[in-house]
Amino acid sequence: MQADLFLIPFLTGLACAIVLPVLGCYLRLRDEWLAALAYSHVAAAGALLALVAGVAPVLGGLATAALAGAGRRLFARRLSGGAGDAMLLLAGWAGAVLLAANAPMAERLGHALFDGQLYFSGSDNLYLVLPWCLLAIPALAWLSRQLLLARIYPDYFHAQHLPVWPVVSGFDLLAALTLALATMTLGVMGGFALVFVPPWIVFRRAQSWRAGLFLSALIGALGYVAAFAIALGLDQPFGPVLALLLIAVGLLIA
Amino acid sequence: MSGLLRAEQLVVGWQQPATQPLDLSVAAGEIVGLTGPNGVGKSTLLAAIAGRARVFSGRIEQRPGLGLALQTQDVPPVVGMPLAGRELLALTGAGADGLPAWLADRLDIRLDRLSGGQRHYLTLWAILQAPADLVLLDEPTNNLDVAGVAHLTEHLRDRAAAGAGILVVSHDTAFVDVVCDRVIALRGNDAG
Repeated sequence: MQADLFLIPFLTGLACAIVLPVLGCYLRLRDEWLAALAYSHVAAAGALLALVAGVAPVLGGLATAALAGAGRRLFARRLSGGAGDAMLLLAGWAGAVLLAANAPMAERLGHALFDGQLYFSGSDNLYLVLPWCLLAIPALAWLSRQLLLARIYPDYFHAQHLPVWPVVSGFDLLAALTLALATMTLGVMGGFALVFVPPWIVFRRAQSWRAGLFLSALIGALGYVAAFAIALGLDQPFGPVLALLLIAVGLLIA
Repeated sequence: MSGLLRAEQLVVGWQQPATQPLDLSVAAGEIVGLTGPNGVGKSTLLAAIAGRARVFSGRIEQRPGLGLALQTQDVPPVVGMPLAGRELLALTGAGADGLPAWLADRLDIRLDRLSGGQRHYLTLWAILQAPADLVLLDEPTNNLDVAGVAHLTEHLRDRAAAGAGILVVSHDTAFVDVVCDRVIALRGNDAG
């Protein structure tokens, strides 16, 4: 009975723990790892806003993250050098905190989102996260060559008379929606730990891009399983346990 | 030889014109060199042909469906990235056949663990061997030792013999004299 109770949150989080590190490799490739934190905060604010408005929080989180992902290119010229992501992060954090401070029901969800709410993740969340993750992996594989080319040879697209914006905007949207779903599942910092630490390790240690993606997903999955067991066994909040565990692994290996 | 690229009275730049009017043509199988002092707009000219820099006057005609490959002086940001040489070549569709022996057996090593010269040659090779009708090279001999320059010279001739047109910007007059079929010297704005 207890095993069934935790099986759905475990599977939902595991799907995120495999996809987030792979996504993080591409965010790191593009020097956009701060965007992951920005999307998470914006999604959290959107979820709280939706709750206050009487709409399903997951819809609010997905909608605001999608807006952020699709819209960040519009202000890229004015907010260069990561300033756009920092602004999004601050706006998301401020909005979430103000909503939590002024609406009792938002306060509870806010704590869950920022502390890591894995054990409360239900089957409705699994039915969203699992198909999305199954879609995200082939989408990233399809975008991979273009993203690498855009980074290493930025003139490649000009020379081939190909537009680069569908690749970049498609990736932004994919990253925003994946981070939004991960935030609803693992919380803001649990998701960020998975998107940041495994790629940081493999960028230092992996021998090739392909090996790096595989290792990154493996570190994410193993770290997640260990953190799940430790947090459950010691009755601790999941997000901080996962973050500390990944940091320890990172410092040991990288 | 058939024409790949033709420019007439071309003036290009970024915010403002950076070149004197220039006539230029490159045919299939031909290697054309562009030389001139710093600041005459040699790199800007390549950027304009690739569609990045602005054409202020004159015109550029390219053969319909022309495939371009552009190597710039910007160092590809591969340091700190787990990317092997073989993966880099796969990205641009370049083959490994013909690589010098001092690189051919190092393709499975991360690019940032190669020497600076090896890394430069491999990133240059990835562009040079990419499927393209016209290859634009900007100072390709930078960071190359004598063996690298010799191999590049030989390979450019092979590439041209296989039908590609090549436009090379270089300060290396010895290299340009040896490898190019024609050399065009660009003049500065004060040269009249």
